[in-house]
Amino acid sequence: MIISELKPFPEIVSYLDGDKKIFIVGCKGCAEVCQTGDEPQVLEMKQKLEQEGKTITGYCVIDFLCDKALVKTRLFPHEDEIDAADSLLVMTCGIGVQATAAVVNKLVHPAANTINVGGTRGEWRGSERCRECGDCVLDLTGGICPLTACTKWLINGPCGGTKDGKCEVEPDVRECGWHLIYERLKKLGRLDKMQALPMVKNYAKMQPPKELRSTIMWALEQQETKV
Amino acid sequence: MSLREKLQNGKFVVTAEIGPAKGVDIQEFNENAELLKGRVDAVNCTDQQSAVMRLGSLAACHLLKQKGVEPVFQMTCRDRNRIALQSDLLNAYVMGVENVLCLTGDYVTLGDHPDAKPVFDLDSVSLLHAARKLEQGKDLADKELKGTPKFFLGACVTPGADPVEPQLIKMERKVKAGAQFFQTQAIYEPNTFEAFMKEAKKFGVPVLVGIVVLRSAAMAKFMNRNVAGIHVPDALIDEMDQAENKLQKGIEIAARLINEMKGMCQGTHIMAIGLESKVPAIIDAAKL
Repeated sequence: MIISELKPFPEIVSYLDGDKKIFIVGCKGCAEVCQTGDEPQVLEMKQKLEQEGKTITGYCVIDFLCDKALVKTRLFPHEDEIDAADSLLVMTCGIGVQATAAVVNKLVHPAANTINVGGTRGEWRGSERCRECGDCVLDLTGGICPLTACTKWLINGPCGGTKDGKCEVEPDVRECGWHLIYERLKKLGRLDKMQALPMVKNYAKMQPPKELRSTIMWALEQQETKV
Repeated sequence: MSLREKLQNGKFVVTAEIGPAKGVDIQEFNENAELLKGRVDAVNCTDQQSAVMRLGSLAACHLLKQKGVEPVFQMTCRDRNRIALQSDLLNAYVMGVENVLCLTGDYVTLGDHPDAKPVFDLDSVSLLHAARKLEQGKDLADKELKGTPKFFLGACVTPGADPVEPQLIKMERKVKAGAQFFQTQAIYEPNTFEAFMKEAKKFGVPVLVGIVVLRSAAMAKFMNRNVAGIHVPDALIDEMDQAENKLQKGIEIAARLINEMKGMCQGTHIMAIGLESKVPAIIDAAKL
């Protein structure tokens, strides 16, 4: 179980800056339980964005957005709607945002922050990871998480240790996360995003909230009483 | 005149670096400091270079000050969180150390304590930002300081990176965060450096071209294989290979590179890595 909560609406709108046409992706996995990405939240987001003058080219709620193969299959029938959109808004955890980014050639924006639950982890595929930092930056990094993709967790761009696109720390197994982010943003024509990176990371947001700082079962019970 | 004033006055500056000892025997450090005194404009003290535990950079800067040599305090973000880093910036200021080179730092597994917990709470950009905030009288938590420090803030950039654009993007962020000068990673190809400077010029910040003195063809090949952002061209490797006096050839190449690139930038940073005592010979050979 991965806990997510919606970002403040003004922050979401700020991500969409010049984008007029948006495709929304929701999730029926953990995000359904957390009420961040199920159909009712997706429809509410659609309505709120339309009030902001955005056109929603379509939406799709997928069972488990963390499953990249599933995401690809489910988004396929929406190809035209996605093509018509300037970018995608993904309403789930950081893994789902990265899984979506990996299968579409458009900028993806996270609608939620993924909250640390102090050890409980959902299932995910090897290449899409989330540190549950509580302050998702995937909007600025082309849908590739610098906290997981960069050995040093750098949030301000690459260090001097990139060699042939690999990280000098483990060149045999590890690509330089910032090289991947750079290549992705360049391909999308959005290198300007790198100048908007947050400079200092608030690691306090990475601490599990008080009510989730315990065992898995306890955490789930707390979640149930909330719902 | 300080390093800051010299750069402001348009003087072509020369900096060198000394790696503090692994231990407390500072005799060699002091000897090198004496040799460099009056020959270079400032000397960098490396901060646990290559993630190898050794005498600290700030203590070494203090030793240089005692000898009348202007230090550049190198700080990495590998070993300290934002509380310790900000505190060390304050420590530097009260010890009379103005120049600070803000670096991210090599990863712990590349050094001699691979079991250590890496920190990286801040990075080169956010460390510059923190130093700038301290100068404005507040810390990263926006708490007021009693007395404000003043720094001359430096940063690093890799002109030989391929592609170089991510380096330039980060360089711009460093300038915005507070960088007032740059010392570059070593570069052996003047053409590459020229192309880099064409882009970097727009930031309006002095750049000191980095020179690592070659000791042998094997060393050059090792760097090409293992050091990110460094490329020694084959012609230079052959030159080293064929030279009878490798030391003399290394000095000659360093001096030649400085002369080929000095018109493109505002100074040079000579990283002798074990050959600190030869830095004056390089300066003589380059006729600086």
